[in-house]
Amino acid sequence: MGWFGETMDSVKSIQIRQALSQALTLGLIVTSALIIWKGLICMTGSESPVVVVLSESMEPGFARGDILFLHMSEDPIRAGEIVVFNVDGRDIPIVHRVIKVHERKDTGEVYVLTKGDNNEEDDRALYARGQHWLQRRHIMGRAVGFLPYVGWVTIIMTERPIIKYVLIGALGLLVITSKD
Amino acid sequence: MHSFGYRANALLTFAVTILALMCAMASICDNLNHPTPTSQVQVLNINWFQKQPNGNDEVSMTMNISADLQSLFTWNTKQVFVFLAAEYGTPKNSLNQISLWDGIIPTKEHAKFWIHTSNKYRFIDQGSNLRGKEFNFTLHWHVMPKTGKMFADKIVMSGYRLPQEYR
Repeated sequence: MGWFGETMDSVKSIQIRQALSQALTLGLIVTSALIIWKGLICMTGSESPVVVVLSESMEPGFARGDILFLHMSEDPIRAGEIVVFNVDGRDIPIVHRVIKVHERKDTGEVYVLTKGDNNEEDDRALYARGQHWLQRRHIMGRAVGFLPYVGWVTIIMTERPIIKYVLIGALGLLVITSKD
Repeated sequence: MHSFGYRANALLTFAVTILALMCAMASICDNLNHPTPTSQVQVLNINWFQKQPNGNDEVSMTMNISADLQSLFTWNTKQVFVFLAAEYGTPKNSLNQISLWDGIIPTKEHAKFWIHTSNKYRFIDQGSNLRGKEFNFTLHWHVMPKTGKMFADKIVMSGYRLPQEYR
């Protein structure tokens, strides 16, 4: 009986240890992902340092599914730069190129007009009603770097949520069943 | 230890690492290219020049633009976006930049071009400061890579003085 009890105890203790270490591994993965994301926000100064291109309005430069790296510095915004901006009353940020800039002498405030390379018309039709110019507060960042295709992962996941759950489930199962 | 899953994982990790490394190297390579582009612009005609009802000056002009941007292209270049801007200062604004014409150059073969055009975007001032105003023509370009960092630069060209009177 003593021998059996000892064995049971050792088995139990191993399982608890294993469960704990697996929970730790899982926590480590989640926290390191969070650290990388927050670190990027800190370094680039933009609230969303990476965006996925969703529309064809910047073809052939940027295609749907490309990833853009944003940077938000104190440098003034100039014509030709590709900026990501939010319009009041729209949820999805837009990535377009600046074609006109007017910078005030006294306040330094900029008035910016944008256009998609692949669009015929400038963006006044996309702005809020009665809005003619974008200002600093609308702009989330400017695109500095570019990585093709990688964004398809997020596009597929948002359009087919089932794939997301299957993937998360499979990963979770892998972590739980892995032995070391 | 040596299950199928582990091997597949190791192979995938290795492949992605190598791919990322190659992308980074391709982007770093671009720094070795020192381009020497040239360009010229000539105003042929002021088509019309007037004050809009809301008080802003607007001008329409016809230009000849020629440029040689072939040296901008490297093997990591997807396209070059080029545009001609009018740049000037006014009492109210320290800088006004107005894109007059732009184009996308897909390959090196198209990078030496000559074009006769009127301004593609409306040249409208914020206010009424354009009579007799001298502005600079600036040719800007943005190099879009196949992957990696984007490059931009410009050439400031000769200025042009708008007429003293509306026409």
